[in-house]
Amino acid sequence: MTEPVGYDDVKPGAELAPASYPVTRLSLVKYCGASGDFNVIHWNERIARSVGLPNVIAHGMFTMAEAGRYVTDWAGPRAVVVEFGVRFSSPVVVPDDDVGATIEVSGVVAEKLEDNQVVLVLTARSGGEKVLTRAKAVVRLP
Amino acid sequence: MPQGAPEASGSHMVINRDYVGRTFAGGEPYEVSRVKIAEFADAIGDPNPLFRDRGAAQAAGYPDVIAPPTFAIVISMASTARAVADPGLGLNYAMVVHGEQRFEYSRPIRAGDVVTTRSTITDIRDAGRNVLLTAQTEIRAADDEHVCTAHNTLVERGGAA
Repeated sequence: MTEPVGYDDVKPGAELAPASYPVTRLSLVKYCGASGDFNVIHWNERIARSVGLPNVIAHGMFTMAEAGRYVTDWAGPRAVVVEFGVRFSSPVVVPDDDVGATIEVSGVVAEKLEDNQVVLVLTARSGGEKVLTRAKAVVRLP
Repeated sequence: MPQGAPEASGSHMVINRDYVGRTFAGGEPYEVSRVKIAEFADAIGDPNPLFRDRGAAQAAGYPDVIAPPTFAIVISMASTARAVADPGLGLNYAMVVHGEQRFEYSRPIRAGDVVTTRSTITDIRDAGRNVLLTAQTEIRAADDEHVCTAHNTLVERGGAA
């Protein structure tokens, strides 16, 4: 976790330090249970392949959650997320091994708005592919 | 076939565009618990104390622990699932992947909230060989207080008529 940021300290164009988050088959099983999304493509390789996927894939919402974690870690406990949106451009493919996959998130302060709000534009990659596009968070900073 | 569905091409199900504009009430209110928030935070591997430690949340100005931003999906998805699982809609769930997701928050969801939902199917359209279905879910706490609106786009691969 980085030091909490204040609105006055943030400059448009500032790049946030990138971060990496692991995702394994166990992550997906836990996420199935916690979220209630038991879609078979997130835990059954046989069915995932039978419907044309390369392997089991992570829930898009798991990837979005890691991007959200990136935002809240950067913004600190006194900040509030006002808006958060993503497009899932490519699946995070999670092999059945002890390593799994990695989601790499980076971000930039795209704009400062009124009312202490800033716009963050995020990038998330896994396995060399962009897994999120149009990823944007609006955060109200202290 | 459901009434009003376009003619099927081949044997696969075809989505029923008459469902655009339909609203589904969320049923029983959802009670947000500290345990569920902590379980969700564990599942996404997020150690943030605001999601587990009441003292830390209170120090940040909240009455109780708050939920990670994407926790709203737990509530909104249960609501959209009512629509998506409706056999009359004709969505082949094994072919569904998540296309887009966006949340607008009036405030963070927190432990102790008792929320109700309403989901509306706002659009169904073809994109190449796929079908895109967009739903909007409003999450409101006691006294009709707006907490979050979730916008969810699902992609049915190969589902275009």
